[in-house]
Amino acid sequence: MKLDAVTINMLKTGIWESFYMTALSSLFAYIIGLPLGIILVVTDNGGIHPIPWLQKILGVVINLLRSVPFLILLFIALPLSKIVIGTRIGSPAIVIPLTIAAAPYVARVVESSFRELDAGVIEAAQSMGASTWQIIWKVLLPESKPSLLLGAALAVTTILSYSAMAGFTGGGGLGAIAINYGYYRYEPFLMWVSVVLLVVMVQIIQEAGNRLSRRSDKRIR
Amino acid sequence: METPIIRIKDLGKEFKTANGPVRALQDINLEVSAGEIFGIIGLSGAGKSTLVRCINYLEVPTEGDVFFEGQSMAAMTDAQRRMIRRSMGMIFQQFNLLAQRNVIRNVCFPLELTGVPKKEARQRAMELLKTVGLEDRAQAYPAQLSGGQKQRVAIARALATNPKVLLCDEATSALDPNTTKQILELLKEINQKLGVTVIVITHEMAVIEAICDRVAIIDQSRIAEVGAVSELFLNPRSAIGRKLIMGEAGEQAAGGDGSARNIRIIFDGRESTEPIISNMVLACSAPVNIMYAATRDIQGKAMGQMVVQLPEDADGAERVIDYLESIKIPYEEVNSYEA
Ligand SMILES: Nc1ncnc2c1ncn2[C@@H]1O[C@H](COP(=O)(O)OP(=O)(O)OP(=O)(O)O)[C@@H](O)[C@H]1O
Ligand SMILES: [Mg+2]
Repeated sequence: MKLDAVTINMLKTGIWESFYMTALSSLFAYIIGLPLGIILVVTDNGGIHPIPWLQKILGVVINLLRSVPFLILLFIALPLSKIVIGTRIGSPAIVIPLTIAAAPYVARVVESSFRELDAGVIEAAQSMGASTWQIIWKVLLPESKPSLLLGAALAVTTILSYSAMAGFTGGGGLGAIAINYGYYRYEPFLMWVSVVLLVVMVQIIQEAGNRLSRRSDKRIR
Repeated sequence: METPIIRIKDLGKEFKTANGPVRALQDINLEVSAGEIFGIIGLSGAGKSTLVRCINYLEVPTEGDVFFEGQSMAAMTDAQRRMIRRSMGMIFQQFNLLAQRNVIRNVCFPLELTGVPKKEARQRAMELLKTVGLEDRAQAYPAQLSGGQKQRVAIARALATNPKVLLCDEATSALDPNTTKQILELLKEINQKLGVTVIVITHEMAVIEAICDRVAIIDQSRIAEVGAVSELFLNPRSAIGRKLIMGEAGEQAAGGDGSARNIRIIFDGRESTEPIISNMVLACSAPVNIMYAATRDIQGKAMGQMVVQLPEDADGAERVIDYLESIKIPYEEVNSYEA
């Protein structure tokens, strides 16, 4: 098997599909997961606005979702894709199960970033009369920024690797190429090429996250 | 008498923990007058931090109430308490600056919370930085500052909303002696120039002696005694008060073999210590053992204290006591001292 024009085009499409599945799912996962992570921290016992029952229920739901293997979640959630975007096959359809799987993960990643924050800083803000909202917007989020960026690199690379399973349900992307050619048609060369491309994408995302985090962190130097 | 700026009434605090309730404060009654520097001293775990946090209701007391300028904090809504907090700045042992904001934006922070226009806030922040002597570090980030500089920024930040009270929880405990002195001087200056009432929490007697007018000693969740600092030095009424005042001297006195009587002699700085002791030895023809001697700087006034062991024979001891009475030197027996 050679890298002819057709194959290269197919790989290009694969890269693009992997990219947009990951990007869209990450975006939606953060839109859902970030607020959830904030709620987990803020409503915790000893948090800035304790609502223990809400915190508990949310924690249980998140753990439940996190314990379902992605492949199973994928098949459970695809009917939902049919309702929301009108199809259950192809790359767009997988964005829904990816988001459902990633949002609770993101919530936990974000939660752990917030928990790194020194309680004294929040206490200082409270002593100045800051409201719960002001503490979230002006302390929690900006002070956790470097850690949130590192967490984002972790979350996005995880979502990328999940997206590789789209191949099982007729989705596209590099993962699908690896599965279709490597597994079903036994063309290991193409499988390895797509795996290497996936590895490169993970590297790029991770490195970008590291750099952004380091550059934004005013604690260094 | 005018209303105290802060009145703490029958205040108590119990924490509920997994291992049962923990009593942090019990029957606290205190009044702080406007314009004074009030100290609260106690050993670790005595309840000092809990007490300051109750003053601005960061911690809600389980019993009693705090009155700020006569207004009951217990009766206030959360929103009203947040408003009141703007009249009470607070600084901390660990400074608690926002690490991702530079110095000037840290000082602007409380103004941002109250919606002061950005330009006005910056102007005010620069003035405050001048007050604390850091105008040239406005663009630096906290990580680039020394401990003393960080605390100066924290002080500027706490003053941004023009508070009437400044609460300081172990504000100098993370600093070296020299920096501690500078920060204490700054607090004193703020008290005198801006008329801000300062409440100083510490476990170090030297901090109280350096700047406080009055002091409350807190021991095992309760107030052991309250009074003027000089009065406490001359005449501590509680065991913990004596322990804090005497420091090492207390340990030395308690460390005696118990057969001899120890007395603590206080010099108020006018008389030099040496002639008194040598005159006493000559006049009583009895030897005394000097266990400990030191001078303290109380609000700029030198105060000395000395622990001496009285002669073993009762007659000699009596003569020494009589002599001290006759020359009117304050003293007290410290055998009753307990560690
Ligand atoms: N949030 C809390 N939950 C449970 N117990 C607490 C809590 N905060 C304080 N305590 C307990 O209350 C008591 C007083 O604590 P506090 O922090 O006020 O002491 P402190 O005098 O400030 O001591 P230090 O000098 O070490 O700072 C301690 O026994 C402490 O364990
Ligand atoms: Mg403390």
